Amino acid sequence: MNGFDHWALTAAVFLPLVGAVLVGLVPKTDETLQKAIALVTSLVVLADGAYLLARFDYGNSSALQFEVNRHWIDAINSRYHIGIDGISLPLLLLSMFITVLCVIYSWDHFPEPHNPKAFLMLMLVLEVGMNGTFAAQDLILFFVFFELVLLPMYFMIGVWGGANRQYASIKFFLFTLFGSALMILGFLALYFKGGQTFDIPTLINQGGAIAHATQLWIFAGLFMGFAIKVPMFPFHTWLPDAHTEAPTVGSVILAAILLKLGTYGFIRIAIPILPEAAKSWAPWIGGLAVIGIIYGALACLAQKDLKRLIAFSSVAHMGFVMLGIATLTSYGINAAVFGMVAHGLITGMLFFLAGSIQERFHTREISRLGGLLVQAPQLGWILGFCAMASLGLPGLAGFWGEFPAILSSYQPAAGLSEPLFRFYMVVASVGTVFAAGYLLWMYQRTAFGVPKEEFEHSHIHDVHGPEWIAWAPLLALIVVLGVYPHLLFHVTDGAVNTVTAAFKAVGN
Amino acid sequence: MNTLLRNAWLIPAIPVLSFVLIIFFGKRLPKKGSEIGVAALGISLVLSIATAVAWISRHPVGEGHEKFRHAVDHNLFTWFSMGGTDVRFGIHVDGLTVTMLFVVTLVSFLVHVFSTEYMKGDRRYTHFFAALSLFTSGMLILVTAATTLQMILGWEIMGLCSFMLIGHWWEEQANSDAALKAFFTTRTGDIGLLVGVSVLFFAADRTFNAAKINELALDGHMSHWALLMGATALFVAVIGKSAQFPLHTWLPDAMAGPTPVSALIHAATMVVAGVYLVARMYGVFWSAFSIGAEGHAGVNPIAIIGGITILIAAALAFVQADIKKVLAYSTVSQLGYMIMGLGVGAWTGAVFHIFTHAFFKAGLFLGAGSVSHSGSHHSFDMKKDMGGLKKHMPITYWTFVVCSVALAGLPILAGFWSKDEILLGAGSNGYTAFLVVGLIGAAMTAAYMTRCVYLTFHGEARGNAAEHHPHESPPAITGPLVVLASLAAVSGLLNAPGFELFGKLNLNEVFAHAGIPEHHFSLLYAGGSTLIALLGITAGFLWYFRQLGPHGITERSRLLRAGYVFLDQKYFLDVLYTDYIIGGIKGPIPRAVYWFNQNVLDGVVNGVGVGARAVANFVYDVIDQKIVDGAVNGAGFSAEEGGSVLRVIQNGRVQSYAAVMFGVAAVSALALALIVSR
Amino acid sequence: MLLNEFLFLAAFLFCVGVYGALARKNAVLVLMSIELILNAVNINLVAFAAYGHLIAGQVFALFVVAIAAAEVGVGLAIVLLIYRNRHSVDLTSVNSMKG
Repeated sequence: MNGFDHWALTAAVFLPLVGAVLVGLVPKTDETLQKAIALVTSLVVLADGAYLLARFDYGNSSALQFEVNRHWIDAINSRYHIGIDGISLPLLLLSMFITVLCVIYSWDHFPEPHNPKAFLMLMLVLEVGMNGTFAAQDLILFFVFFELVLLPMYFMIGVWGGANRQYASIKFFLFTLFGSALMILGFLALYFKGGQTFDIPTLINQGGAIAHATQLWIFAGLFMGFAIKVPMFPFHTWLPDAHTEAPTVGSVILAAILLKLGTYGFIRIAIPILPEAAKSWAPWIGGLAVIGIIYGALACLAQKDLKRLIAFSSVAHMGFVMLGIATLTSYGINAAVFGMVAHGLITGMLFFLAGSIQERFHTREISRLGGLLVQAPQLGWILGFCAMASLGLPGLAGFWGEFPAILSSYQPAAGLSEPLFRFYMVVASVGTVFAAGYLLWMYQRTAFGVPKEEFEHSHIHDVHGPEWIAWAPLLALIVVLGVYPHLLFHVTDGAVNTVTAAFKAVGN
Repeated sequence: MNTLLRNAWLIPAIPVLSFVLIIFFGKRLPKKGSEIGVAALGISLVLSIATAVAWISRHPVGEGHEKFRHAVDHNLFTWFSMGGTDVRFGIHVDGLTVTMLFVVTLVSFLVHVFSTEYMKGDRRYTHFFAALSLFTSGMLILVTAATTLQMILGWEIMGLCSFMLIGHWWEEQANSDAALKAFFTTRTGDIGLLVGVSVLFFAADRTFNAAKINELALDGHMSHWALLMGATALFVAVIGKSAQFPLHTWLPDAMAGPTPVSALIHAATMVVAGVYLVARMYGVFWSAFSIGAEGHAGVNPIAIIGGITILIAAALAFVQADIKKVLAYSTVSQLGYMIMGLGVGAWTGAVFHIFTHAFFKAGLFLGAGSVSHSGSHHSFDMKKDMGGLKKHMPITYWTFVVCSVALAGLPILAGFWSKDEILLGAGSNGYTAFLVVGLIGAAMTAAYMTRCVYLTFHGEARGNAAEHHPHESPPAITGPLVVLASLAAVSGLLNAPGFELFGKLNLNEVFAHAGIPEHHFSLLYAGGSTLIALLGITAGFLWYFRQLGPHGITERSRLLRAGYVFLDQKYFLDVLYTDYIIGGIKGPIPRAVYWFNQNVLDGVVNGVGVGARAVANFVYDVIDQKIVDGAVNGAGFSAEEGGSVLRVIQNGRVQSYAAVMFGVAAVSALALALIVSR
Repeated sequence: MLLNEFLFLAAFLFCVGVYGALARKNAVLVLMSIELILNAVNINLVAFAAYGHLIAGQVFALFVVAIAAAEVGVGLAIVLLIYRNRHSVDLTSVNSMKG
């Protein structure tokens, strides 16, 4: 460990904040400088991420690395404890990566009412919250970062959003805040029942010391907090509204990173600290997950709006992630982490595309579109590629989130009902057909055929510079991870095995 | 020589490379990328032949019936590992693989050559060749796969490519509909693939390795229940992919794609992927369905589905006007033969039928393509736009006839030998009912092919065939036809009695392990099936060429009329699927779900939301404004956001207060529970 | 004894009642939903009374029934008056409690 290792993670979390302050200092008229600072900041953070990636000890991915543990709030025994293991690392990098791409994408199309300064500052503050959540190893610290994410997103939707933005932003804010209220209640209960500490590793080590009935209640509180964020059926109704109204970049960050905070919370906090309760709750979580898969897919089929369709598809995809988590097996949670990354890349990409389509046609109504392949062939092919990735075609990243989740539910952790989870397995498999259904129908109606009369003569320009720069890395990663999943699985596997150590399946 | 076998992964890798090159550089090349495709497939073909030679020269082990060559199971790299399970990416080469490699690369190569002429000037010429390459690699990945997971990879790549190729002319709704239909139908079957692979993974003690799974299945180490569930699930996937009843409806619609695609995908390769899967995982099916066990009662699901498919598809082939649809139903019917062959324990026969069928069916499809290219002016309608083409297109005619006769199964041509082996297996293994089904199917096949040849090449020239000047096709088209017709003529001899090279080469571990019975050529069966085929041809000849028999009876008899409509509507299966099942999934059900979402779930959410805003109202109005009035005037919300919130709050509705009360009560209840519980 | 089944039934009725009271716009339906909530409580009271052999629960249930009757009387009277004044029982339009 050299000297910078102690600072690398702190830098990754707080550098964006420095960038945000710098952007704030620039006069409002000098937009180029603001954009340059934002881009440089996010790139420096990404470089720091690359440093973490290079220095990470993959042989020991279950251990916390780049750990920092200092005094913070002594009164409640809460400490500034950060560190990453094999589960946090990919998500942390995803968050850094997506932020860079979002800055590039918004380079010359900031949504109305323009104001790049505020927009970029919010984006950087958002990154602080996301990076911090993935690095935090203290419940209070986690909670602070988890909540820090809310405000910038609230303003992003509320100020730069579509027509119905006020309703959507308030719904998003209150919904998640309600979950957080129950979550902090759970955290406090953990503090009092779990030996007066907020330290996550310490709490995990004494896991199971809490009485079963109490565990159940605490888990319920945490569940509400995380499940709303995921979002799981039936707590998902904020998602379509938020996505539909949010500006493109907001949707991308929301889909790619924010939803992962919920699933990450399950894997990092709820399950390892409360293994007994997790076991009792798992059948219910699995059930809600498969309902979400089918329900999300069916709701997609009813959509007329492109962005709303992609939003509901997130409900379905996160259902696969939650199904993997509910099995409490190493396969399932590995699949869940892979699914989180894959969904971040693919759905992020789909929201970029929806934004670009809206920008060109000034509508997202599927029935008004058509013949995209004729007018903007590159855009059309990329949309087709992403649709295929999203429906879980093997060889692309989406598959490795879905199939292992289905696989793992054939044999869930010991003590969980096998017939029930096998039933979930079949239902989830049926969900893959529905996914093909809504994505390909969407694709047929938007891309195939000939352009509709109203756009027949309008000039639709194809994918341009900033779009290519922002998208090419995503597309490449979708292929690379799909062809060679080892890249991601070998990072997560060790860490996941420690999470599931408490639930060794029979004959494992 | 083992080096060659171990490096068989090159054969699928080359078309993948070709796909990437064509996508990125194809448009800039002088021949728009077709040269890369043709060259790549040429290299793959040479490598496949070399691999076959290497396989033949491999030393067999064992004695007599048990004499077989050990498969090469070679791990290339770790694909991923999780939870203590290492999943390798490897190749498995044995006789079956070598056979399939040869068939696929040869047919694909010929189709590539054919397409350079046939697709000339197409809107998306480059894209077409890219998709052809990727498709071929998908099939090659499937046949070289060592693990079931790799099979899923190849399987789904083919699904994607068939989607791209069927919908090649996607400007027209009908074409993209057909593409979607093909994708959905096969994807529906793929539920079974995902489930089956998962079940077998755990049943075989956490391995995806196909050879290992077969071995364990035959050893009796797996629970029979898991085996049955896994085999059934896999068979569902086979039904979808290999267009078996009742999921066969996508294949005839898939003829919306360009003809070379029909030849490659929907005759020679992709649809046999399902048959290949059963053949590859035969250990599993053999023990799950007790195919060879004593007292199997001469019946099992595989044979039943295959048998039904043979008959219903052959019947449909009689009422088609589109030459490609006749061939498509004929393909469905022949796939039924293969599946039935596997169901009755005639493994070698079924695999041999894959081999021979690929040549004559590809020949027939390319022949149909040649007819439409040069004879009927891009029409496929036999009744309207063909007839009398024999004298204009001699090469096409004779190759078409050779392939038709091979399909009908007259002696020494390819189809005779393979079909005969399947029938022999059915008869000798106690599946008598299926022997009868096979014989009826053979007669029907012979008859509808006679009809097809007559309508296309004989009689009066009609429509386009009369108006436009029909002429013979150029060499890039006739070349592949001649090659395929010659193979259709002689390839059957590979397994002729006394020689039986094909059977010997294809013997593998599963075969030896399971003790699948082998039957030798029997004159009784051969003579019988020849007679039946001749009968079919004669009936067809008399009916169509000589116009004998009660023509127009469907107009006169109400019963027969109903039968005709029933056939013409394809047993109303499409109506059932499209209008009822898909219609339900597309229309009312999602609308109901979405209504539930917007009204019930959101109703609660909005009620609570309104309540929450009422709390804010209360806090702001009562506490902030009246009690702490003035002291904290600037605190609280920012002016803009606060204002917008307030405008909505001012409603004073009863339900808001109720919602708040309920919300507070719920949170307090949880808090109470947390405190009280120990 | 079958305590759980009664509690489930009561919980279900209670949820239906809460949904109705919060989400329906028609005042009469809201009143009916409140009846559901009260009756859910009644079931709980009677079930626990029978389970614990305590007469008090049943006495309370009787009280609840009586009070519910009175509440419906008053409630319907208010609804009737609202209807006379506004020709509608849509609760979303009733905002006279606005401060």
